[in-house]
Amino acid sequence: MLSIKNLHASIEGTPILRGINLEVKPGEVHAIMGPNGSGKSTLASVLAGREEYEVTEGSVNFLGKDLLDLAPEDRAREGVFLAFQYPVEIPGVSSTNFLRTAVNQVREYRGLEPLDAVKFLSEMKEKMKLVEIDQKLLSRALNEGFSGGEKKRNEIFQMAMLEPKLAILDETDSGLDIDALRVVSNGVNKLKSNENATIVVTHYQRLLDYIVPDYVHVLYKGRIVKSGTKELALELEEKGYDWIKEEVDAAV
Amino acid sequence: MSKDNQILEEFTSKEYEHGWSVDMEVDEAPPGLNEEIIKWISAKKEEPQWLLDWRLKAFKTWSEMTEPEWANVTYPKIDLQALRYYSAPKKSKKPKSLDEIDPELLQIYERLGISLNEQKKLQGIAVDAVLDSVSVGTTFKETLSKLGIIFCSFSEAVKEHPELVKQYLGSVVPMTDNYYAALNSAVFSDGSFCFIPAGVRCPMELSTYFRINAANTGQFERTLIVAEDSSYVSYLEGCTAPQRDENQLHAAVVEIYAAKNAEVKYSTVQNWFPGDKNGKGGIYNFVTKRGICAGDNSKISWTQVETGSAVTWKYPSCILKGDNSVGEFYSVAVTNNYQQADTGTKMIHIGKNTKSRIVSKGISAGKSQNSYRGQVQVMKRATNARNFSQCDSLLMGDRCGAHTFPYIDIQNSSAKVEHEATTSKIGEDQLFYCNQRGISTEDAVALIVNGYAKEVLNQLPMEFAVEAQKLLALTLEGSVG
Repeated sequence: MLSIKNLHASIEGTPILRGINLEVKPGEVHAIMGPNGSGKSTLASVLAGREEYEVTEGSVNFLGKDLLDLAPEDRAREGVFLAFQYPVEIPGVSSTNFLRTAVNQVREYRGLEPLDAVKFLSEMKEKMKLVEIDQKLLSRALNEGFSGGEKKRNEIFQMAMLEPKLAILDETDSGLDIDALRVVSNGVNKLKSNENATIVVTHYQRLLDYIVPDYVHVLYKGRIVKSGTKELALELEEKGYDWIKEEVDAAV
Repeated sequence: MSKDNQILEEFTSKEYEHGWSVDMEVDEAPPGLNEEIIKWISAKKEEPQWLLDWRLKAFKTWSEMTEPEWANVTYPKIDLQALRYYSAPKKSKKPKSLDEIDPELLQIYERLGISLNEQKKLQGIAVDAVLDSVSVGTTFKETLSKLGIIFCSFSEAVKEHPELVKQYLGSVVPMTDNYYAALNSAVFSDGSFCFIPAGVRCPMELSTYFRINAANTGQFERTLIVAEDSSYVSYLEGCTAPQRDENQLHAAVVEIYAAKNAEVKYSTVQNWFPGDKNGKGGIYNFVTKRGICAGDNSKISWTQVETGSAVTWKYPSCILKGDNSVGEFYSVAVTNNYQQADTGTKMIHIGKNTKSRIVSKGISAGKSQNSYRGQVQVMKRATNARNFSQCDSLLMGDRCGAHTFPYIDIQNSSAKVEHEATTSKIGEDQLFYCNQRGISTEDAVALIVNGYAKEVLNQLPMEFAVEAQKLLALTLEGSVG
């Protein structure tokens, strides 16, 4: 589904990603871990098409298409979803209105009829249960005055509504208490299927107790330096990142 | 060039949608402005002597005045002697029904999406459509007249209700008020007159569509709204004009009189031709709008969505004379390309316990300049006066300007005046967030801008709010920075 080959990216001339290789198949959950500043969030942003990052080398193929060639909105319409680490606020625009615009633009791209208000609302009601989100929250301006937990919950709710093929969760656990973490993870797990894939970007192992990955990759200095299964995450939890850093730095 | 700038360019190159004109035989005055012309206009309109005298007096006043230069706008001086001061469609005998209206005129409205027939049937709005200088159709007059409401063209009011016109004309905006008001008083062509008798709540939104159609025609609308004791009216005004190479002057005067316990809501969606992307052409909109809350507990509320005109100079104001009276001003002003807007309000607190509220949302794009100019004045006997002002500016791109000029003059120590102001840019983060959800940049801008202006748009009557939202989206498509 997703095939990243030798991806290099920089911001304002500073290289951040230095040759990422990653294969993601439908139904898989991949966790990207790594110390601060290793390039985890950059990878998520580059895949979503954030403009500040310049791809200097490599390729990304998504469902047979050159992902890097698509505008951010077209990537989203093709089925790439990024749950933001810091969801932005849009004053005066209700979550409902925002999401209806989004859903219908995605549908239009896929040659589907727009959802009318009634269908949209019933769809919303159904998906709201997944993330235990209150309708009151959705009639408020998008993310404005939301708590950290509410923002993250809203991200997963949007994900539920947009039904992406590839969901990238960027530090979704940051700023969540244990209850919110459980709710958000439950939502993500319920949305999992054999047809979609998830990339979980996280600093801590904690989230992976809830969203169990098939593969764990460690990112350091812009490269994937170690890959393994769930056990690797536990090892990292126990020993920290230093031993990996030492291994890598010794090899250079 | 960054993507944002590219989009900005695309957007700035967008042509005015309603830019076209229809050839029509016109009955017009020769160019120039002098006493003879004023007499000619007055005779053409079969006006009584008192009104001609009033016009001539205004002309004399105007002749002694100089053009104001304090506004934050620059434009080539207008040669007022080169303009024509009267232009009317030739077949302008008063129509009895829409069937009698020149099909060519009806076509213009249809092309603008303003079908009188449709309006009449579907929307329940009485439409007094002004094309150039003469009203061409008035609907729902019967329904209104049963309630004693008078809603007609200004010329008709002069003929049918001279005593009312005489009593209120110039009572809120005296002819000596300012240069453009004096000019209007001398040469005003036509406009609307609205009278709501005591105790009557007008059952429908009253609406006027203005349109300029003849080249080189100064258009000088005159609107007078009188709300007697405990009456209520909501009045809508919307404008759109065809594209012209030469600048056209529009200097209107609107007067509102609210008696005891009366409430008047005045809403405007203004979309005059703003000039092309190089700043050529466009309407000069120099308007004087003022209402007086003459009676106790009265209320006047101005709501405006200003997207058009090359130069705008406009300050809808309230004189809060009655005790406990309330004045409101809600404004969204959008400027793009080389547009310049200097707009705001004046709230003059005279009575006790008077309250005013100002919400101004400026949006600047392209190379435009957008200024808010507001005055809050609390007079000596205005005990417990309250004002709240909020002035927000939204910038798109880095070549536009937003300016705020608040003036506050307090002469009573019990007054409470609050002023809040913010300036922001549409953030890349916001746009990227929308993009990531599958929303195109153009729609993202529309969404963000409508969210920003929501507090004002919410004040508009429903059908206007929808129109205004579309207009904002259209005006600002793809404009980011």
